[in-house]
Amino acid sequence: MAEPAAEKTLLDIITEADTDRNVKGPELTGEINVPRVEEGRIVKGVLSGAKPYAAKPDMMTALGFPDTLVDNWEEAAVKRLGELLEKYKSLQVYLDICVRCGSCTDKCQFFLGSGDPNNMPVARAELLRRVYKKYFTTEGKLFGKLAGAHRLDLKLLGDWYAYFHQCSQCRRCSVFCPYGIDTAEISMAAREVMNAIGLGQKYTDMTIGKLLEIGNNLGMNPKALVNTLESIEEDIEEEDGVPVKLPLDVEGADILLVTPSADFFASPHVESLIGYAKVFHQAGANWTLSSAASEAGNFGMFIGNYTLMQKAATRIHNAIEQIRPKRLVVGECGHAWRIAYSFWNTLIGPFDSLDPKYPAPQHICEYTYDLIKRGAIKLNKEANDEFTVTFHDSCNVARASRMGNRPGGQFTIPRELIKASCNKYVEMDPETTKEKTFCCGGGGGLLTDEIMETRVAGAMPRMQALHAVMKSDGVNFMALICAICKAQFTAVLPRYGVPMDVAGGVHQLVGRAIELGAKE
Amino acid sequence: MSGLTLVFGLFFYLSLAIFLVGFLAKTWKYAFTPAPLRIPQTPAPVSAAGVPVRMFQEVVFFKSLFRGNKLLWIGGYLFHLGLLFVLVEHLRFIIAPASSVLNTLVTYDLYSGFVLLAALTFLLILRVAIDRHLYISLASDYALLLLLLAIASSGLLSRFWDGGHIRMNLPQIKAFIGGLVTFNNIGSVPTNKLFLIHFSLVMLLLIYFPFSKLMHSGGLFFSPTRNQVDNPREKRWVTPWVKTRPTATLPSLEQQAPAAAAAPVQETAEVEG
Repeated sequence: MAEPAAEKTLLDIITEADTDRNVKGPELTGEINVPRVEEGRIVKGVLSGAKPYAAKPDMMTALGFPDTLVDNWEEAAVKRLGELLEKYKSLQVYLDICVRCGSCTDKCQFFLGSGDPNNMPVARAELLRRVYKKYFTTEGKLFGKLAGAHRLDLKLLGDWYAYFHQCSQCRRCSVFCPYGIDTAEISMAAREVMNAIGLGQKYTDMTIGKLLEIGNNLGMNPKALVNTLESIEEDIEEEDGVPVKLPLDVEGADILLVTPSADFFASPHVESLIGYAKVFHQAGANWTLSSAASEAGNFGMFIGNYTLMQKAATRIHNAIEQIRPKRLVVGECGHAWRIAYSFWNTLIGPFDSLDPKYPAPQHICEYTYDLIKRGAIKLNKEANDEFTVTFHDSCNVARASRMGNRPGGQFTIPRELIKASCNKYVEMDPETTKEKTFCCGGGGGLLTDEIMETRVAGAMPRMQALHAVMKSDGVNFMALICAICKAQFTAVLPRYGVPMDVAGGVHQLVGRAIELGAKE
Repeated sequence: MSGLTLVFGLFFYLSLAIFLVGFLAKTWKYAFTPAPLRIPQTPAPVSAAGVPVRMFQEVVFFKSLFRGNKLLWIGGYLFHLGLLFVLVEHLRFIIAPASSVLNTLVTYDLYSGFVLLAALTFLLILRVAIDRHLYISLASDYALLLLLLAIASSGLLSRFWDGGHIRMNLPQIKAFIGGLVTFNNIGSVPTNKLFLIHFSLVMLLLIYFPFSKLMHSGGLFFSPTRNQVDNPREKRWVTPWVKTRPTATLPSLEQQAPAAAAAPVQETAEVEG
């Protein structure tokens, strides 16, 4: 006998997910077809029930949010939205100026993969815009529903919870918008409003909590980190016969490496960590990791919370004060690089104590590329002859950051690294790469198993483009520079019938190709 | 001054005032709402000089729309181009005597009028014919297209109706509009019904303008993804509303170690990027 069900709270109703979700990808044909918005789907989105778990009360309070849905949630949501409108130019402008031209409607991977009309970027943004119009605009107050205004009721809040967790904040729609409207800004604001009324998403909020309390997303304490690094050192020495070190908390080291914590634990992430270590070793660099800053990622961005994002980034600032390095280098991670490149200087800068000769922070790909150009490290391409490689541009790197001095360096530098590490390199369909790249489907806080259907749907366009080059050119390795991409593809590739080891890191290839030992 | 002239004169000034004050107030808000973080959509210009170039491509060529949807681009571009020409050609109702350049342009005004009408019709067709566009369209989107269509139709019609009655009445229209604009010698309002309809619809458009999506005309210039320089490493951006950095003090390494030793080593395979 099942226990009698406890009475459902409003929060339960809002976050209640459909059961029996389809978590298998469609058949791969190599083509990305735009789904038709059918009548039946207009009434009820196919993914309206694909909702992530709600954050538990203790996770919410740890971040300073109400423990559960507040009683006056409608009023509180409107109040918070009003505050955000005063603070974010992006939100204010983007809620006002959309003309619903439709240019973005076939650009989002979650729409292409699911056919759910609410995943068209403009339709997603309208979910928030309805509320904005209702409470903040003359047009909405005068004309109501005719102008698309709607009060924030239980149904709409449920749709917010579903669909703002089906946006990976990848900014692809923004590329095709005549005004550059960035749905990432809108989805961040919506999540901030939801958290402010006590409606948080478990995966993201729990991860931020671990980052703030323990220092990394994995919740890995310094002792575990020491053990892990030691065992990785042993593995490298066993395999290559060279004592490559992964130093931790070395005060006065020249280079501080901040990398996503998945690099310490997960596969294939750890292969890239080994790659960085070999590069530093061969360059003769005096480098270190930091237990205080054992995480480059920062999920504070995903929920649009400036304070939490800054608080988490402060750990990096403290690590710099502790280690006193000359240079700051960041490992392979998409959203982390966006925050490091675009936001760190604002959040925790200026980096006055670092050597001004080097960019602060610097991407590991920039660092390695510079060594290759100077001939400071040598790569043996034959070491990767078993691979025909392609490259997936990570959304946050492609559209929200840069590498090198010139615009677009974020596209050329990783490709140069790959080409220097292997003989066979193939590009995917240019409509799916560089600034037009698709998100892997797991970014922006969606990398959680209960919404696997969303993740599988979101991966569809990339999977089709990958399938096309696997078929035509025999590609068997998709190089990545993002911890989320790596974890997402490892989980999703098998659901499309593709072996999971097709996904790997750029520095995994570099690490295999690098010639260790004495220099000529 | 007749009662009708007074009514339409006041209508004109009221509409214009709402438009100007509303437009400026909204644009002011866009300009002065703080932008906390650097969020240019990259690849972006790495120097301030590159931003006007990027903006120019967007404003003059609708570059991003071109990338996004060619049919929409054709419709949208022709509409805006037609509108621009029609607006310039309307200067003949204000400037007296009209310049020779304007006079040359005016001889082609039927073309711009028809381009405007055709582009609007095309945009309306796209809105209902493409399933995705139909789904996202609001009543207000149709209303605006229909209002613009009505304005363009009534304007064009006046060139044919009654043997081009409006054209013959040009001096009277000029005296009325020109007078309103210069606050001087306002002539009596032409009583041609088509003119009054056209004129009133334009005034409605002006009133609706600042409260509507038409504010994209001003807002576009303040879009952070488009107007920011990509130089966050070189030049520190300060969040206007953040006064101080939080000082989350960390325990020293020595303090951290015992607590860490007591904590269980997490061995889950769950991956969090």
